[in-house]
Amino acid sequence: MGRYWAFLFLLVPIAGVGIFVWAAAGGMWMPRDISEHGHEIDHLWNFILLLTGAVFVATEVALFWFLWRYEATSHRDPVKFTHGSHNLEVVWTILPAATLLFIAIYQMNAWADVKIRKPPMAPTVEVMARQFEWRLRWPGPDGHFDTPDDIHWVNDLHVPVDEDVLVDLKSMDVLHDFFLPNLRIKQDAVPGMMIPVWFRATDVGQYDLVCAELCGWGHYKMKGRITIEPREQYEAWLKKIANEQNTMK
Amino acid sequence: MSVFTEEKHLHEAGATHDHQVAAEHHELSFLRKYVFSLDHKVIGIQFLFSTLLWFVVGGLLALGVRWQLAWPWSNMPIVGQMLFSGEGGQISPEFYTMLFTMHASVMIFFVIIPILAGAFGNFLIPLMIGADDMAFPTLNMLSYWFMWPAFVCMIASFFVTGGASASGWTGYPPLSAVQSAAPGSHAGQTLWLQGLIFVGVSSMMGSVNYMTTIIQMRAPGMTMFHLPMTIWAMFITAILQAFALPVLTAALFMQLLDRVARTCFFLPEGLIVNNAEAVAGGGQALLWQHLFWFYSHPAVYIMILPAMGMVSDIISCFARKPLFGYKPMVYSIGGIAGLGFIVWGHHMFMSGMNPALGMTFMVSTMMIALPSAIKVFNWIGTVWGGRILYTTAMLFALSFVSMFIIGGLSGIFMAATPVDIFIHDTYFIVAHIHYVLFGGTAFGVFGAIYFWFPKMFGRMMNETAGKFHFFLSFIFFNGTFFPMHILGAGGFPRRLADPYHYETFANMLAMNRFITICALSMGASQLIFAANFLYSIFWGPKCGRNPWHSNSLEWFAPSPPGHGNFDAQPLVYRGPYEYGSPEVDTDYYPQWQPPPTDRPLVQPGH
Repeated sequence: MGRYWAFLFLLVPIAGVGIFVWAAAGGMWMPRDISEHGHEIDHLWNFILLLTGAVFVATEVALFWFLWRYEATSHRDPVKFTHGSHNLEVVWTILPAATLLFIAIYQMNAWADVKIRKPPMAPTVEVMARQFEWRLRWPGPDGHFDTPDDIHWVNDLHVPVDEDVLVDLKSMDVLHDFFLPNLRIKQDAVPGMMIPVWFRATDVGQYDLVCAELCGWGHYKMKGRITIEPREQYEAWLKKIANEQNTMK
Repeated sequence: MSVFTEEKHLHEAGATHDHQVAAEHHELSFLRKYVFSLDHKVIGIQFLFSTLLWFVVGGLLALGVRWQLAWPWSNMPIVGQMLFSGEGGQISPEFYTMLFTMHASVMIFFVIIPILAGAFGNFLIPLMIGADDMAFPTLNMLSYWFMWPAFVCMIASFFVTGGASASGWTGYPPLSAVQSAAPGSHAGQTLWLQGLIFVGVSSMMGSVNYMTTIIQMRAPGMTMFHLPMTIWAMFITAILQAFALPVLTAALFMQLLDRVARTCFFLPEGLIVNNAEAVAGGGQALLWQHLFWFYSHPAVYIMILPAMGMVSDIISCFARKPLFGYKPMVYSIGGIAGLGFIVWGHHMFMSGMNPALGMTFMVSTMMIALPSAIKVFNWIGTVWGGRILYTTAMLFALSFVSMFIIGGLSGIFMAATPVDIFIHDTYFIVAHIHYVLFGGTAFGVFGAIYFWFPKMFGRMMNETAGKFHFFLSFIFFNGTFFPMHILGAGGFPRRLADPYHYETFANMLAMNRFITICALSMGASQLIFAANFLYSIFWGPKCGRNPWHSNSLEWFAPSPPGHGNFDAQPLVYRGPYEYGSPEVDTDYYPQWQPPPTDRPLVQPGH
């Protein structure tokens, strides 16, 4: 085989880039974004993907080329007897350091939007995770929890479209994770803690609510869904549930 | 290979001489020589055999996971009826959670950490620094035998009520700490905690020994900056272990007490598990995560630094060229170790930890990519302008670099907190960790086995079989783990026994089947390695002292070295990377070779 081993290493960047392009073109990619903040996350994903993709191709191709060019039996040049280069070390320390620092700072605003800048509003709904279901509670007409008009439901989270939604996320037993792939939302639910989660959906429809933190043998089936609908439908639905609840007694 | 065979004839005379030297030592009983041995080489090989056996166990557990993801709820061929006759041969969801928990626990605590520090650390440290043994041989023996209670705990846990631990290798409470939360959280979790405590004791004994040996027992002339990268990496790894391990040990004891003495360190009040109030409460679930990751993030570097060191030595040897940027390489290992202590929070971005703290950990995590990048650039610089020999060891070492580039770059996605919101706990992280720990460490370890096998057993492994093993492992490794990036980009969550009933992930079954076929093929390819390894121990061609024409001190000793290692006191004249030096006519210039007397002594690298 000799120097032809180098081609195995060339295969890495070619196949690597190829698979990503094939996946992105063929729809094996991030699910459709229907949130207000999601485009920021998708943009940062693409930004890092392009940047790391360039570094990936450059380093892997350089590796391939040296492996091809400097194979022992196929060239007669003397070995470059060197222990390194101070200048090169300085360059390849400072350039990546500056780039990495820039990437970090560039993320901060998006992170603050999703996790720090909580909208000043009363919670829309309380999500209580337990093995292996999502218990949902709306405050009802009086706008307060723990009153008789609270509306209870399970596994189907209804929220209004084009409005800020604030979720009080809790867990009753073990860790769970409130993952809305289409809304680019993920947050662990921790027993003993109340963690606020907020988002604004921009399109109607039904989407998956996934538990993304191991919560026991039934973790895989802790499936919920989120129903996003216009304000009138949302209110009508809440009223319907409240009525069912009152007549069931 | 032809370049290496002449050495064999050169040292045949040496081999008989070695035998005489060995015979001069008083004879030890079989038990003291091969079982309760104080010899670092025997202990190293004991660690190697034990960890390779566990590698098989861990690999089979992983194939179980892959089976379920490719053909969910379908009868497992051959072993299914044997293992789960109650379910008609299919994997149950509770068994699935146990499979991935034990796969990771076995691979991390029983394979990677002990094979690097225990097997190669033990075998190589005294040989490469020119010492006759470790500083504390009895402690060294105990560090191996303390693994056995851990082995017993782990094996026993498969057979207790409820089965082995099933709360993930991270053992997050309350799932792990409350008995009624999961089947594996009965006796299995207690045994898991006890097993890990024993592994910790073993690692601590090892690291104290390694630090002392490297500081105190170097041969004359072996300054710190004449040490091979392997030894630097082992040294810094030992320091990391010594500082981080007590925190894990404390956390393990706390969880053990939570389980057996109801202390509630990690259990808040008001927990209702299985419709019953579980415990008194007063604790914090997140406390465990902080303590666990304060150890387990540095542990990620414990699991890669020694492989980085060994790969540096192998690449320099087979590029027949000095290591590019020796000192930057040393400093970047130090940098990784230092920064490694302040990045643990990046495992907890979605945990409910203060999100402002997430920003701090994002910056430190981004910065730890820097020393890794410097190392990659220097490895590429090392092959530039060399005379590269494609031995199996070299191919594995080069694939370490190639795969580590992928594993390193994919880390940046998860360090970026907003992007992590989407890919946290998806297959993206599964791809990342396997590119670092399998494509990185495991390939590095394979390279190291092919490289140091002649020194361990005095015989060569078969190169042709080695190259087949490399080629198939490389192809199927990438076939297994590269598509996982794509699954992660689609949000495909880890640890789900059946993700396909979610609409979002329903179209990912085909890709998972492809991955499983590659994983099975990769597993099968390891049979070539097993056969080659076992055959060569007994029937491989005998080799001389220095079959690779390498520079570092272990090649000065006989192959295999007798008790006490060296038949003459080695003196060190230079660093270990003087390949292609213009000072001598050979293309290598060993550390122990005195400079020619007719030329002035030149300190290389200054």
